[in-house]
Amino acid sequence: MDCQDLVELVTAYLEGELDESTRIRFETHLSGCEGCATYLDQIRATVRMLGSTPDETLDPAIQDRLLAAFQGWNRS
Amino acid sequence: MDASVDTHEQDLVARLRAGDQAAFAQLVAAHTPTMLRAARVYVSSHEVAEDVVQETWIALVKGIDRFEGRSTLRTWLFKVLVNIAKTRGVRDRTMMAAELAAAPYPDGATVDPARFRPSGDQWPRHWVAPPAAWPDTPEGSVLSAEMMDVTRRELDRLPERQRMVVTLRDVFGFDADEVCTLLSLTTANQRVLLHRGRARVRECLADYLAARS
Repeated sequence: MDCQDLVELVTAYLEGELDESTRIRFETHLSGCEGCATYLDQIRATVRMLGSTPDETLDPAIQDRLLAAFQGWNRS
Repeated sequence: MDASVDTHEQDLVARLRAGDQAAFAQLVAAHTPTMLRAARVYVSSHEVAEDVVQETWIALVKGIDRFEGRSTLRTWLFKVLVNIAKTRGVRDRTMMAAELAAAPYPDGATVDPARFRPSGDQWPRHWVAPPAAWPDTPEGSVLSAEMMDVTRRELDRLPERQRMVVTLRDVFGFDADEVCTLLSLTTANQRVLLHRGRARVRECLADYLAARS
């Protein structure tokens, strides 16, 4: 496995979807390659950063409108 | 889905059917921010996204009797949301094929081929040089805030399907199966879109850091 192969397998690797022999080749390459180890770390860091982007905030006025409208929608 | 989540959700559904406003308020608070973000992928403005979300909640309340619990409430909500958003936004079925085919670099590569040694070289297809290490970004630091801005901006610039998959998976923590159901994707398609989206955001962060130093 070379570096250009590995960088295209990082997502499958992180998803746990590589078959056993490919995973072994992947990890073997990784342990000896600073470039690929760095690349994988940066993908992980990117995922972490994506995970900490704050949500869109819910306008309280929208929430109030929805709750008020709910009174009219429910069928009880 | 574990039993405790299932029971809690069954309880919520029962309460919704009974017209329990508190249950509805709970659901709205829990899911609306994510729904707004998801709708925003398909429509041109925050205002239209709010309309889409509101229509989705209406559909939920009207359709709650038909909800059978075969998927989670969240999956059901998002399926409805995506359908409503699609009819509001501009949709082109050929976009999906084009998006799957398109990659930043030839042959579906997500990393610039120029970063790797050519075929005549002693170490073909290996990094010319390792990617530059990223500096530590302590929480609350200026750099951390800047990188968050870059992340958000580049996420918003991704092609629609990549943006949707990365948003649902990495921003909101939906699992792969849920995303495949919501967006009618095969596992392989979902992985390709996730792969390309993440690679693109990483590349933009790397470029930003390189320009900054």
